[in-house]
Amino acid sequence: MKSNSDYDIIVIGAGHAGCEAALASARMGLSTCIFTMNLDTIGQMSCNPAIGGLAKSHLVKEIDALGGEMAKITDKAGIQFKILNKSKGPAVWATRVQADRALYRKYMRESLETQAGLDIRQEKVEELLVDKNQVYGIKTTGNPSPHPSPARGEGERIYNAKAVIIAAGTFLNGLIHIGLENFPAGRAGEPPSTRLSKSLSDIGFKIGRLKTGTPPRLDVKGIDFSVMSIQEGDVPSSAMSLFTKEITNSQLPCYMTYTNERTHKIILDNLKYSPLYSGVIKGIGPRYCPSIEDKVVKFSDKPKHQIFLEPEGIDTDEYYANGISTSLPQEVQVKLVRSIKGLENAEIKKFGYAIEYDFVYPTQLKPTLETKPIQGLFLAGQINGTSGYEEAAAQGLIAGINAALKIKGKEPFILGRHEAYIGVLIDDLVTKGTKEPYRMFTSRAEYRLLLRQDNADLRLMEKGFNLGLINNEQFNQLLEKKTLIEAEIKRIKSTRVKPDIINPVLAKLGGTPVKENASLYQLLKRPEIRYADIAKISAPHPNPSPLRGSEGRGELSHDVIIQVEIQTKYKGYIQRQADLAEKFKKIEEKQIPEGFIYKGIPGLSREIVEKLEEVRPFNLGQASRISGMTPAAISLLMVAVERRKREQNQNVKIKNQN
Amino acid sequence: MFTDDTIAAISTPLGHSGIGIVRLSGKDAIKIADKIFLSPKNKTLKQILSHRIIYGHIINLNKEIIDEALISVMRSPHTYTKEDVVEINCHGGPVPLRRILELVLKNGARLAEPGEFTRRAFLNGRIDLAQAEAVLDVINAMTEQSQKSAIEQLRGGLSKKIEAIREKLIELTAFVEAYIDFPEEDIEPMSLTGMKERALKIQQSLRELIESSHYGMILREGLKTAIIGRPNVGKSSLLNALLEQDRAIVTEVPGTTRDVIEDYLNIQGLPVKIMDTAGIREVEDIAEKEGVKRSLFAMKDADLALIVLDGSEDLHDTDRELIEKSNPQNTILVINKIDLPQKIKLKESKTHKNVIASPDTSGRSNLKDEILRGVYPEQKDEILRGVYPEQKDEILRGVYPEQKDEILRFAQNDMRRAQNDMRRAQNDKLEVLSNHIVKISALKGMGLDELKDKIVEAVLHGKPANGSGIVTNIRHVNALERALKSINSFIKEIDKKTSPEFLSVELRESLDAIGEIIGITTPEDILNRIFSNFCIGK
Repeated sequence: MKSNSDYDIIVIGAGHAGCEAALASARMGLSTCIFTMNLDTIGQMSCNPAIGGLAKSHLVKEIDALGGEMAKITDKAGIQFKILNKSKGPAVWATRVQADRALYRKYMRESLETQAGLDIRQEKVEELLVDKNQVYGIKTTGNPSPHPSPARGEGERIYNAKAVIIAAGTFLNGLIHIGLENFPAGRAGEPPSTRLSKSLSDIGFKIGRLKTGTPPRLDVKGIDFSVMSIQEGDVPSSAMSLFTKEITNSQLPCYMTYTNERTHKIILDNLKYSPLYSGVIKGIGPRYCPSIEDKVVKFSDKPKHQIFLEPEGIDTDEYYANGISTSLPQEVQVKLVRSIKGLENAEIKKFGYAIEYDFVYPTQLKPTLETKPIQGLFLAGQINGTSGYEEAAAQGLIAGINAALKIKGKEPFILGRHEAYIGVLIDDLVTKGTKEPYRMFTSRAEYRLLLRQDNADLRLMEKGFNLGLINNEQFNQLLEKKTLIEAEIKRIKSTRVKPDIINPVLAKLGGTPVKENASLYQLLKRPEIRYADIAKISAPHPNPSPLRGSEGRGELSHDVIIQVEIQTKYKGYIQRQADLAEKFKKIEEKQIPEGFIYKGIPGLSREIVEKLEEVRPFNLGQASRISGMTPAAISLLMVAVERRKREQNQNVKIKNQN
Repeated sequence: MFTDDTIAAISTPLGHSGIGIVRLSGKDAIKIADKIFLSPKNKTLKQILSHRIIYGHIINLNKEIIDEALISVMRSPHTYTKEDVVEINCHGGPVPLRRILELVLKNGARLAEPGEFTRRAFLNGRIDLAQAEAVLDVINAMTEQSQKSAIEQLRGGLSKKIEAIREKLIELTAFVEAYIDFPEEDIEPMSLTGMKERALKIQQSLRELIESSHYGMILREGLKTAIIGRPNVGKSSLLNALLEQDRAIVTEVPGTTRDVIEDYLNIQGLPVKIMDTAGIREVEDIAEKEGVKRSLFAMKDADLALIVLDGSEDLHDTDRELIEKSNPQNTILVINKIDLPQKIKLKESKTHKNVIASPDTSGRSNLKDEILRGVYPEQKDEILRGVYPEQKDEILRGVYPEQKDEILRFAQNDMRRAQNDMRRAQNDKLEVLSNHIVKISALKGMGLDELKDKIVEAVLHGKPANGSGIVTNIRHVNALERALKSINSFIKEIDKKTSPEFLSVELRESLDAIGEIIGITTPEDILNRIFSNFCIGK
C-alpha cells in the first residue's frame, strides 16, 4: 500500500453528477481527480437517450447559467430538439433533446480531458478514509479488471483529499433483475460497487434501497416504421445552452406505436415470472416511470399504452422503446415486443431490466450536499435518492461548488426555492427526504412562474460569475441583455400611440378597438398582440450593440424580445409570485446556527424537537417546511435563536472588555 | 410566519365589555386603517400626529358607516412592537369587533398568529427575553389547548366537510398539474367546462360552509334578535321584562325609543342579543323614519324576529305587512298586553283569511271576470305582474277574441298554479306562525318563560341542533373565505381561457387557505393524486 499524490477534491463516479462536480471544482481552481470504473462510460446516459423535458430542461438551463456543462454537451450530441408545452405559457415551456449516446459520452469525456487541473483515473474506489468525522481520502483497488487480482491488497492505492464527492449512481450494491434471475451489477454489463456502500454504512449512514428499470433496445432492421406515427423535432432547433451558436448534427425523428390487448395478456399471463410481482424486488420504484407490468396491472381499463421509439444515435442501429420498461424474462420480452404493431419482426438487442441499488437518506445532508456527520464528504446524484440525468447533474454542480468553497474557506452556495429549481430539488431532499426515486416536476416549485427556463440566465448567471464559473465575456453579454430588456420595456411604456394608428392593427388581429391613446406596453398586454405587432407600429431605436442584433440590422435579438413579451404580458401573475417570494426570502434569511441545541426550548414538544434534530434546518424557512411544524413552534424557535445570538454577542462583548 | 407584513387581531377578551380594541401592527397599519376610517373633519390617520387619538366612524367596503370609534395612531418606533401600530377602540361585544377585524383583513391585514405581537416586540428589541418567553410560553400552551379543542371540533362533521372540499380541490389541481407536467402522456385533457363544473361545486360547498358558520357564530356571539312592531305595542316593555333591567325608555308616546340599542341575555345557555327598534310606521319625524328604516333592516339582519302585536287592539295594516314580510322560519308572533281586554282575534290570526285576504277558489271558472271584479285586489297586480306578464294585457283587453278561450285556459292554469304556490307559501307561514304564537304581558311579566322556550325552540328547529359540521372559529371562517375568493378567481380565469399554470396559482392559493384549517397540502399530495389517477410513464 502506498500513498499517491494528493488532491483538493476527489470525485467518485463519472456520470452526470460526477462530471459536473469535477468540472466545477477544477474550474474554481482546485486540484481535482475524478474516479471511474470505466473511462469509456464517462457521461453515460444509462436510460433513455434524451435530456430535458418539463422541469428537467429548467434544471439544465440553470446548470448552464451557473457555468455547468450539461447543456453544452446536449447541444453537441443532440439529434432532435423540441419545445414542449408550446400551447401554454412560457413558464412551462420546456426544451427536450434526443441525444446521441455515443456523442454525449465523447464530448463529455473531451470536456473532462481538456479541463486544466482535472485528472481522470480508472480505478475502483473501495473505501472512504475518515478520521474524527473528517474525510481525508479514499482507498482504491487500482484498475478494476474482470479478472480479480491474484491476492487481496495488491494494487490497492490511497489518495488523500480535503473533500470527497461520491456520485456513484446506481452502482452501490446494484442488483439487476431479469425475470426471476438476478445478479450484482452497476449497469448492464458493468460491475457494481459493494464495498463503498458498506464503508458508508460502517460510518453510520442510514441506507435505503430503491429500484428503477429500463426498457429493451431494439434493432432498427426489424422495425416497420411505416405503420407508426412519426415525430419530428422543431425547425429550427432551439438549443439547450445559451452559449451554443449552432446545432450541427443531422436531425432524426422518433416514432410512436401502442401496446394492445394481446400485449397486455402476455404480460398478465407471465406476472408470476416478474420479480416485481413475485416479491423478489424490495426497493421502491418511481411511480412516474412504471414498468409496463405496473401500467397493465394498475390501469387495467386502458386498452393501450403508448410507446415512443427513440433513436440511440446517428451511427447505431439501436432504438430505445420508451414506455415498456420491464423486468420480465427475456423470452417474455420477445413475445411482448413482437405483439406490438410495427414490431412484429423486431429483434431485441439489449433486454430490459430492473435494478435495485442503495441510496443514502438525503436528510443526512446539508443544503450544500455535504453530509452532516462527516466533514468534507459530499454526496450527489442518484445516491441521494433522485432519478434523472438532470437532477444528478444539478446536484453534482452544487456539490462541486460547495466542496470548492469549503476548501477555500468561503461562504456556502445555497440556492433558495424562489431562485431556482435546483433550490427546490435540494431543499426537498434535505428537508423532507424521499421514499421513491425523486424526480423534478414543475408542480414542486411554489414560484413556478418566476422559475422559467427562459430567464435562467437572468436569475443565475451573475451567481455563476461570482463563483468564477462564468467568464467576463459571458457576463458582459448578460448585462447587456438586461440593459436592452429594461430599455425596451421603458420605451414601450412611454411610447403612446393614437387610436387611428392602433385600431387598424387591432382590427386585423381581431381585437377590440381603443378610444384613447394607448401605450405600446398596454397593447402588448393584450393576448392577441405579439411583440412583432407593436414593433411594426413603432420600431425600437437602433440597437446600440450590433453584436446582439440579428443580422446586424439593429434589431433586438430574439432573447430580448421574448423577455420583453413575457415580462409585459404576465406582469400581474409574475408580480404576485414575486411578492410572495419576497416574503419567503425574509424568513429564509433567518439562519439557525450549526449545532443549535433544540432541547430545552420552553414549549416545544418532544416530537418537534426530534424532527428538528433530525433535519437540523439551516434557517427558519427550512424549519417551517418540516412536516408537523406549527406556527407557534416556529415562534418559539425564532425567539430561541435570537436569544442564542444575543448571548453570543454578550459573550463577545465581555471577552472584548477583558 | 412572515415578519414584516401587517397583522391584526382583537386585543380585548371576547366578552360583553363596553369597549373593544382591534389592533394592527406593521408597515401598512395606518394605510389599512385609513381605508375603513372616516373622520367628521375629513382628516386621515396619515395626517395625525403619533400617539394621538381621533374620533370618527368605521366604514365598510360600500362606504357605509358601521360603527363609531376612537382610533389611536402610534408610529414606529415608540410602540409595543416597534412597528406602526393602530388601535381601533370601538363598541365592545363580539359582533362589532369581529366586523371591524374582518374589514381590516379584507383591506390587506393578516390575522395575527397567536403571540405574534409579542414575538415582534421581542424580535424588534422592545421587550426582553424573559418577558417574551413568559408570554409565548403561555400562548403556546393556550394554542395547544385551543388546537386540541379545534381538532376535537374538527373531528365531527366539519372535518369531513372540509376534507371533502380539499379532496375535490386536490383532484382538480392534480388535473391541471398533470396537464402541465406531462404534455406527452396519454391524458385526456379535461375540458374547460369540466373544470369549471368541478370548481362550481367546490365554490358551492365553500359557500355553504361559510354560511353555516353563522350558526356557530350564534353560539359564540349571540342570537341576533329583532323586536319588531308598530309603535307602542310594548316592545320596550318586553325588552325590559326580558333584560329585567331598565335599559330602554318606556313611554306612552309613540316613537320615543329611537336608538337601536343592543344587549345580551342568556336563555338556557343560548346567548341572545336583543336589538330594540323604533316602531314601524310612517311618520313625519325624520328620526322616526330613520328608526323605521333601521327596524326593517334589523329584521332582515336578525337571526330571529319577535313581532309584537297588541292584543288589546285589532290587527293593523302595519301588523299584517310585518307578518307578510317576515320569514316564517325565524319569526315568533308575540301577542302582548293579555292583561287587558283582548280584541285581537287569536283564532282568526291563525287563519289565512284574516291576515291576508284569500283568493276565492270558486272563481276558477271565470278568471277574467274575477280579475275584473276585483275579488282579490291585493293579489291581482302581483299575480298578473309575476305570472304571465306577456298575456296580461291581452287577457284584460281581450285583443285576440278568437283565441280568448285558449288564452284564458292557459292563463287559468298558470293562475291556479300561482294560487297554489301562494297558498302553500301562506299556509307555511301561518303554520309556523300558529306554532310560534306566544301570549304575554310584558308589564305583568306573564308568559315570558313560554316566550323564552319558544326562542330556544325556534333556534333548535330552524337551524341545526348541535355544533357538528359547523364552522365556529373566526380563523377558519377567514381561511374558508380566502379559499372561496381564490376559487372565484379560478372560475373567472377559466372563462378567460387562461393557461393552466395560472389556473394552478389560484387553486394552490385555495388549497393553502384550506390547509390552515386541516393541514397543508404539499406538492407530494398532488403528485400522489396524479400518479393514482393517470398512467404516467414516458
